[in-house]
Amino acid sequence: MKQKIKEEIYRCIFAVLAFSSLVFLVGITLTLLTQGLPLFREVSFMNFLAGTDWYPTYDPPDFGALPLIASSAFVTLGAMFVCVPLGIGSALYMNEIAGYRQKSFLKPLVEILAGIPSVIYGFFGMVAVAPLIQRIFNLPTGLTALTGSLVLGIMATPTVASLAEDALSFVPNSFREASLAVGANRWQTLVKVVMPSAGSGISTAVILGISRAIGETMTVLMVTGGSAVIPRSFFQPVRPMTSTIASEMGEAVFGQLHYNSLFALGLVLFFTTLFFNIIAEYISSRYRLKLGMGR
Amino acid sequence: MKNSNISQKAGFFILFLCMFITLFFLGVLLYFIISKGINAISWEFLTSAPSGGMTEGGVAPAIVGTIYLTFGAIVFSLPLGLACAIYLTEYTPDNLVTNILRISINNLAGVPSVVFGLFGLAVFVKYLGFGVSILSGSLTLGILILPGIISASREALTSIPQSFREASLALGATRWQTIRKIVLPASLPGILTGVILSIGRAAGETAPILFTAAVFYMKGYPNSVFSEAMALPYHIYGLMMEGTFPEKQSQIAYGCALILLLMVLLISAIAIYFRQRQRRIYNGK
Amino acid sequence: MENEVEISVSDLSFYYGKTKALKNISMDIYRNRVTAIIGPSGCGKSTFIRLFNRMNDLVPGTRAEGRINIGGLDILGTGVDVVELRRRVGMVFQKPNPFPKSIFRNVSYGLEVKNVKDKIYIEEMVEEALKNAALYEEIKDRLNDSALMLSGGQQQRLCIARCLAVKPEVILFDEPCASLDPVSTKKIEDLITELKKDYTIVIVTHNMQQAARVSDYTAFLYFGELVEYGISEKLFTVPADSRTEEYLSGKFG
Ligand SMILES: Nc1ncnc2c1ncn2[C@@H]1O[C@H](COP(=O)(O)OP(=O)(O)OP(=O)(O)O)[C@@H](O)[C@H]1O
Ligand SMILES: [Mg+2]
Repeated sequence: MKQKIKEEIYRCIFAVLAFSSLVFLVGITLTLLTQGLPLFREVSFMNFLAGTDWYPTYDPPDFGALPLIASSAFVTLGAMFVCVPLGIGSALYMNEIAGYRQKSFLKPLVEILAGIPSVIYGFFGMVAVAPLIQRIFNLPTGLTALTGSLVLGIMATPTVASLAEDALSFVPNSFREASLAVGANRWQTLVKVVMPSAGSGISTAVILGISRAIGETMTVLMVTGGSAVIPRSFFQPVRPMTSTIASEMGEAVFGQLHYNSLFALGLVLFFTTLFFNIIAEYISSRYRLKLGMGR
Repeated sequence: MKNSNISQKAGFFILFLCMFITLFFLGVLLYFIISKGINAISWEFLTSAPSGGMTEGGVAPAIVGTIYLTFGAIVFSLPLGLACAIYLTEYTPDNLVTNILRISINNLAGVPSVVFGLFGLAVFVKYLGFGVSILSGSLTLGILILPGIISASREALTSIPQSFREASLALGATRWQTIRKIVLPASLPGILTGVILSIGRAAGETAPILFTAAVFYMKGYPNSVFSEAMALPYHIYGLMMEGTFPEKQSQIAYGCALILLLMVLLISAIAIYFRQRQRRIYNGK
Repeated sequence: MENEVEISVSDLSFYYGKTKALKNISMDIYRNRVTAIIGPSGCGKSTFIRLFNRMNDLVPGTRAEGRINIGGLDILGTGVDVVELRRRVGMVFQKPNPFPKSIFRNVSYGLEVKNVKDKIYIEEMVEEALKNAALYEEIKDRLNDSALMLSGGQQQRLCIARCLAVKPEVILFDEPCASLDPVSTKKIEDLITELKKDYTIVIVTHNMQQAARVSDYTAFLYFGELVEYGISEKLFTVPADSRTEEYLSGKFG
């Protein structure tokens, strides 16, 4: 009897602790809401989202976040041009072309590279990529949207590659064998059989890559220059939401509008990435069902 | 026939190129940081504090701060994450509750790191009054790595054959005895792998500690969990962005970057090596 | 020797979700006898014997109806202490599943989880269990080696020893020889014959010769239904039901 009670107590402890991640997720949402929403007492929601002037420290201040949102979108889009082809190409190479030995070396290598801290990419971007860009394109500064996109793209490539490779490895070998058996060569098999059946898995990888890129802070903070204007070309400095939060929180005063506005930006970031994550989750659960697997 | 062979060759070449470019970029990054950073590193650099207005001396306080923060994060999130993983794999069947938990774990994993920073600032620094401190920073980092620890622990736990659990229960062991005496010892290597990977992640994160723990310069070393701390990743950022003597400071930044890079690479290489070995064992040698 | 009823099953049905895997089974299993359960794959043999120690509790969405009475206790009742029950009803599985621990720790595990602290007693019990499982002579010098170093047949006998150390009343065997070679199989069969002096044994097997060799009673299950149950010799020579006869002559299964 005593033992039964003990068992029940352990069970309860685990159950309570298990809810921690839910608690934190809800806690983050609530925190962003309580700290961010006060902004909208003074500034209308539309003016925040569509306003084109971000001068939080002026008197009177302007909280138009459109330049920041546009910068985030711009830099992320640019990064996608780098990391989607490279990431998926690398994944296909690892899974379909590299032999067993090569793969068992490449995959861990890519995973290790995916773990390099973002501040190091930012540093590399500042000292190596930016001067190069400045020289090649003859610009007044090398800290531009292009630099941000490039560095962010390089940084996201191993992640996309690793996730896409996971998706490819879920495609049963029988699919490939069936195609090869009817006389298709490896390339045709790859294009006509493997890619379509791993399609949604690969798109999950891309969506997660996008979500990561949007939320990435240190890299863009260090290499995009930081001028809060709506980007018109890749050769100008921009100021994404993440770097705005990171660079301005130091000077924002607790409880004032500026402070609130940075949490409101956090709210936009949070829901954008949540949106992408939920889509990715949805696609990947369907993908697994399609290939006849449990979760 | 000929045509399709050509297209195959071209296709394979393009894929090879993708792989090559990826590794090339990253190779350049590594080469750049290692070749330039190696000059900055010396025994003094590793063991002394900054001096001369951040233009001379070492980065020992930043290394120590990073170790404190990382350690604190693990101490906080390992018990939580492990408990969550145990609950999900050992106690509950697939049902609504597990699904909700699983989804919230996945989504927590996708929250941008700077948002964790905001959360830490509002809750730990301000609301709970811990101030800018190692405690606040560790807790924030701990929440950040929690999803990773949970997933890694779950993977380790589910890889333990069901037959071990059945055998133990059939001998009259209770659920908890089975977990403690059979399941946990057998899954320890896998859990350890996840923990090591999380250490690497926590050591390198900057955005979450930006507002919760890190300072660019402090006198001496932190002496309690309520002290502020210097940290390697933040130090790199500070030297580059807030520096007043770019020439001298970027040298120090190279050194810091190299130390951080080596720390993280070494940690993740160890973890990934462990995991490969683990997988090989379970996939039938 | 008189036949005493050890396990009494009455009107037992079992459901995996909506599928009825066992259909209104009633039978008595006798003390110190070997009872074999035979039948084609998927007919519910494992499901049936896993009810005797409530292993099916681990499968979500299942439900049992009817009664199983072991030693005067309706073990399907809600208030039953499952842990206690499993100490009385031991089980040996199809694949040998020793823990990744030493040989000694494997056998002492059941006592350990019973919170037995007396080291000398534990050592005696381990030795006795290993002897009764006919394994002691082979491994007495390697008690501290990993159990995973043993051969498949030795591992299975270790699992039997592990089960014996808890001193159960009933031992359930679910195809204990399915993954073993003929020599190891013979050893296990001899062991079962030996063990029935002290235990009530229920064994699931695919192997008709084996059932005929080791068992006193045999039950034939077919699609969750108990088709025929009786003295083995009789069932194998003059089956009463035509389905049993077809099965025995290899027409299906
Ligand atoms: N976990 C489960 N969930 C749903 N159905 C199950 C489950 N386990 C078994 N079944 C079904 O119950 C029926 C009986 O299965 P059981 O494993 O008892 O058969 P068996 O006679 O032991 O077969 P075998 O000789 O192959 O071991 C089968 O039709 C099987 O598909
Ligand atoms: Mg079976």
